[in-house]
Amino acid sequence: MSRLEQRFAALNAAGRKALIPFITAGDPYPEFTVPLLHEMVKAGADVIELGVPFSDPMADGPVIQRASERALAHHVGLRKVLDMVAAFRRDDEETPIILMGYLNPIEIMGYENFANAAQRVGVDGVLTVDLPPEEAEACVSLLKARNIDQIFLLAPNSDAKRVELMDKVGSGYLYYVSLKGVTGAGHLNTQDVEQQLAMIKQHTRLPVGVGFGVKDAKTAKILAEIADGVVVGSALISKIEANLDDPEQARSEIIELLSSMRQAMDSGA
Amino acid sequence: MTEHYNMPDERGHFGPYGGIFVAETLMPAINELNEAYHKYRQDAEFQRELDADLQHYVGRPSPLYHAQRWSEALGGAQIYLKREDLNHTGAHKINNTVGQALLAKRMGKKRIIAETGAGQHGVATATVAARLGLECVVYMGAVDVERQALNVYRMKLLGATVVPVESGSRTLKDALNEALRDWVTNIDDTFYIIGTVAGPHPYPAMVRDFQAVIGREAKQQCQEMTGRLPDALVACVGGGSNAIGLFYPFIDDASVKMYGVEAAGDGVETGHHSAPLCAGKPGVLHGNRTYLMADEDGEIIETHSISAGLDYPGVGPEHAWLKDSGRAEYVNITDDEALQGFHALTRMEGIIPALESSHAMAYAMKLAPTMSPEQIMIINLSGRGDKDMHTMAQREGIKL
Ligand SMILES: Cc1ncc(COP(=O)(O)O)c(C=O)c1O
Repeated sequence: MSRLEQRFAALNAAGRKALIPFITAGDPYPEFTVPLLHEMVKAGADVIELGVPFSDPMADGPVIQRASERALAHHVGLRKVLDMVAAFRRDDEETPIILMGYLNPIEIMGYENFANAAQRVGVDGVLTVDLPPEEAEACVSLLKARNIDQIFLLAPNSDAKRVELMDKVGSGYLYYVSLKGVTGAGHLNTQDVEQQLAMIKQHTRLPVGVGFGVKDAKTAKILAEIADGVVVGSALISKIEANLDDPEQARSEIIELLSSMRQAMDSGA
Repeated sequence: MTEHYNMPDERGHFGPYGGIFVAETLMPAINELNEAYHKYRQDAEFQRELDADLQHYVGRPSPLYHAQRWSEALGGAQIYLKREDLNHTGAHKINNTVGQALLAKRMGKKRIIAETGAGQHGVATATVAARLGLECVVYMGAVDVERQALNVYRMKLLGATVVPVESGSRTLKDALNEALRDWVTNIDDTFYIIGTVAGPHPYPAMVRDFQAVIGREAKQQCQEMTGRLPDALVACVGGGSNAIGLFYPFIDDASVKMYGVEAAGDGVETGHHSAPLCAGKPGVLHGNRTYLMADEDGEIIETHSISAGLDYPGVGPEHAWLKDSGRAEYVNITDDEALQGFHALTRMEGIIPALESSHAMAYAMKLAPTMSPEQIMIINLSGRGDKDMHTMAQREGIKL
């Protein structure tokens, strides 16, 4: 069993839902990231999605685009992100880490080199926004052989056939993108999400996390009632952006928001 | 070549290149486009409408012009120019936008979006949108908005909304990113007209098919004028649409050599260039696998070229395949050499070429003298230089 499967199994047994924060590695500067990962775990994060900065983040809204640009200004790319995971693993062998980003850094490193490095430093899953299942086989088989999950995105316009395809090719969990758009856009409609999740659940045995547009504890709570996990990204990164001259303040606001989500998700369950 | 060339496969692969590498939200839209494209490609009524538009609106066929004086001066091959500069809006770009806009109309899409670098594709898109009464939004890097002010004004006159893109390097690649973001967000009613043979399948094949009218005409015209096939084809390569448009109908004619000319900027050895086929490596960007300019972490490197239309870090996947298979050869021309090509054609033939096309002219000046006067070279004159007057004057210290 992969670390990710274990984590979801344990949550399931405890009747809890996964809280999955996303932050961009190296934002606003490289030394900020690893301590923040540990604090997020303390605040109740079950799984962490760590964004690999990319020069051309086509599926991201302005908040995550700017996070990428801030990290790239410090030359944080895939190789440095892998180093950060290695550093995190020195003090935490339990919390699954998912690398989320775009395919080109992995292509340039080479699939096999990447799979080896990811295994060595303790990466548990890879979510590549611009790698649909049709093109994923070469990468997935190398990762799978190393017990690393490939996580796929599902969109509001994905039909049952596509869910089945993701279920077949992917593992770990599926990430349901709650709206048609880029990260950080608008507000999600929880009723639409509920309907779509019901369909998705009929076609997969994998846990399903929901993200894009989760901004507060209230939404997190509602989603926790209908999904297996809640992903929050832009809302956290906004805290960094709002406090660029005071990273300590950013850190405490991130932790505060995450803690409030944790509490809301666990209450009344 | 005895075997018939029939790339790409049904999922858009040219060997290891091409394919569909996009976010999940785009997949249904791409499948829908793919179906529509395959349906109308074989639809006689659609083809008839397209041909009529190309004839009466674009002004096709464009002439194949024998540049006799220039050929003689260079002392080698007979140079023929395929005059895409004479098309409506001044470049080959309109061949493609007319085709895609017709498709958008058949698919019932009310809103058109596009990316643009030099503004030629933006203008060609705004033009067909105006004609069909469709809403049109053009994304353009903020840097390009500034250096191509004339085309920005043209697009606005045509009723398009021009959105300056402030992210990344604020040039063409970032405009493409922003257009993709728009498409993801407005997937239900929006048709994305990509301006070159890049993007996810079916764009590289579809744009090629719309541009292949260039090569089909050239082949027939060359036969009529000289009774034979050309020996060499030369075209500039940004994303690669004018080049593949000329090359494609000749791919099975093994005697015809093909030269794609990339922008070397300050020289490929300086790193300031836009020549992924000559100096890049395979990777994935904007929906397909192809040669790219990327650093060791896979981050896309900023490009440089005097011509905004060649200032792109990737290239159409079919060119990547033609390079690896050896069917076409890819060379590069610096900014300074391109300027020589620009002046040479202007003074020798009275034709002012676009700076993009000037790269092809400059390479022809190197290649023609190595050929014999019995041999024939066709250069794609992809666009006219009117849009570049400002850049040229500035470069030469002249105030307009
Ligand atoms: C006149 C002209 N030629 C060539 C190009 C480059 O595009 P492509 O390589 O797709 O033909 C452009 C792009 O703006 C252009 O305006």
